[in-house]
Amino acid sequence: MTTLLIAEHDNAHLKDATHKALSAAKALGAPVHVLVAGSNAKAAADAASKLEGVEKVLLADGAAYEHQLAEPTAALIVSLASAYDALVAPATTTGKNVMPRVAALLDVMQVSDITKVVSADTFERPIYAGNAIQTVQATDAKKVITVRTAAFPAAAEGGSAAVETVNAADDPQLSSFKGEEIAQSDRPELTSAKIIISGGRSLGSAENFTKYIEPIADKLGAAMGASRAAVDAGYAPNDWQVGQTGKVVAPDLYIAVGISGAIQHLAGMKDSKVIVAINKDEEAPIFQVADYGLVGDLFTILPELKEELTK
Amino acid sequence: MKLLVCVKRVVDYNVKIRVKGDGSGVELANVKMSMNPFDEIAVEEAVRLKEQGKATEIVAVSIGPQQAGETIRTALAMGADRGILVKTEASVEPLSVAKILAKVVEQEKPDLVILGKQAIDDDANQTGQMLAALLGWPQGTFAFKVAVGEGSIDVTREVDGGLQTVALKLPAIVTTDLRLNEPRYASLPNIMKAKKKPLDETSPETLGVDVSPRLKVLKTTEPGGRKAGVKVASVAELVQKLKVEAGVL
Repeated sequence: MTTLLIAEHDNAHLKDATHKALSAAKALGAPVHVLVAGSNAKAAADAASKLEGVEKVLLADGAAYEHQLAEPTAALIVSLASAYDALVAPATTTGKNVMPRVAALLDVMQVSDITKVVSADTFERPIYAGNAIQTVQATDAKKVITVRTAAFPAAAEGGSAAVETVNAADDPQLSSFKGEEIAQSDRPELTSAKIIISGGRSLGSAENFTKYIEPIADKLGAAMGASRAAVDAGYAPNDWQVGQTGKVVAPDLYIAVGISGAIQHLAGMKDSKVIVAINKDEEAPIFQVADYGLVGDLFTILPELKEELTK
Repeated sequence: MKLLVCVKRVVDYNVKIRVKGDGSGVELANVKMSMNPFDEIAVEEAVRLKEQGKATEIVAVSIGPQQAGETIRTALAMGADRGILVKTEASVEPLSVAKILAKVVEQEKPDLVILGKQAIDDDANQTGQMLAALLGWPQGTFAFKVAVGEGSIDVTREVDGGLQTVALKLPAIVTTDLRLNEPRYASLPNIMKAKKKPLDETSPETLGVDVSPRLKVLKTTEPGGRKAGVKVASVAELVQKLKVEAGVL
């Protein structure tokens, strides 16, 4: 039968997480339909129709889906589920919110955060902050899966699938959207950036993130990240947190500045292609995973780095 | 308002876990166990709601072996009023956990259930959402802030781009994120007092829930290791290596 991929989007744009989850969805071996649930989300649906390997795009357009709240969105997915063998979503905060609700409504045990598709019913997923990898076989007839996007390449464009409108499901009217604070930034998103520079508590203040980290991020066109310690200390916003319970990233280059390398942080970045660690403590665990380590004071090293990159 | 908090006994977050040589799982014998950190945050939030006069009673539930009773005692020492241990030696998947909790909710009729957003052992991040689905309740996952109103609750959630606030009709489910609060340490007098608080025992069978797993764990392995690389002496050398050797700049 068919796989339904739930698109990650902000109504106007399709997010890169969709491209990556599509690669996982295709690996299941069945044709893939993509569901775009949103409000005035035609643009996102059109973008999805251009992805290679998408057979059909379903667009559910309605006010109830504007913010993709879990209750109406899960009801919608459940209303479509009978035609599909597998329901797949990227393990973004939206996917993680909605999919377990879908799974329980279908009496299916979800497979969370898969990092590899072994076969149509067997998957690898990390447990214990990535310190062990479990291979699990899902025995439910229907599969509900979330995908760790950092583990899959982005599917290319080049398709031309039809966009079909589907009816909204009944909104259970249990929840309503009240507001949001979404940071506006010209920088790449943390989870899709090619280069990330992250700071730890040693930065000492939010001002120092701006003064020392930001100029290098600007130079490299990099996204900025942070350790939990830096976020807890108020030096960086919550959504910058990289780690077991924050964002899991795998850029081409990850620069860890003043981050000691707790296992919870390593869980979020150790699949990066190249890791650079800058730390004044040469015994810091971060050096055990870094390809290139530089021991020294970040407050002298970062300005030098900026200088060197300008050359 | 009556609150239910759900607590799981897991390997302590400071323990470096070991995968068993035969691939059958993770070594759990003689390993320090603690309350799942996100569940501590859930208990703390419940206790604060009670201290603010917004909640009248807090019931702490855990599903697991006899020792999970100790995890409930920790919750009682932090300020929960009584406990329910759903005793089982089986490894219970999130879907079954949600089914068990749904039965407990039917019996206890809380207005709000607070759970950790994920347990740091299986990292599944499912139970709260599944419980909400089974009960037909709204869910406020990854909570950064909660504000209880009349018949409703506002939950500010940590989402990928920042924060999102939703209003939920009560009864509702809340799952906690890291920055909702900083859990307290139980004081010695409160630990002593907790020993006298009621702790009931039941079982999945008594509640009529089948906990047979739906996922077959075929094997558990060590992740592909990453070797330490080289230390460079200067910024110039670092940039040179990134450009030429690694080719990422």
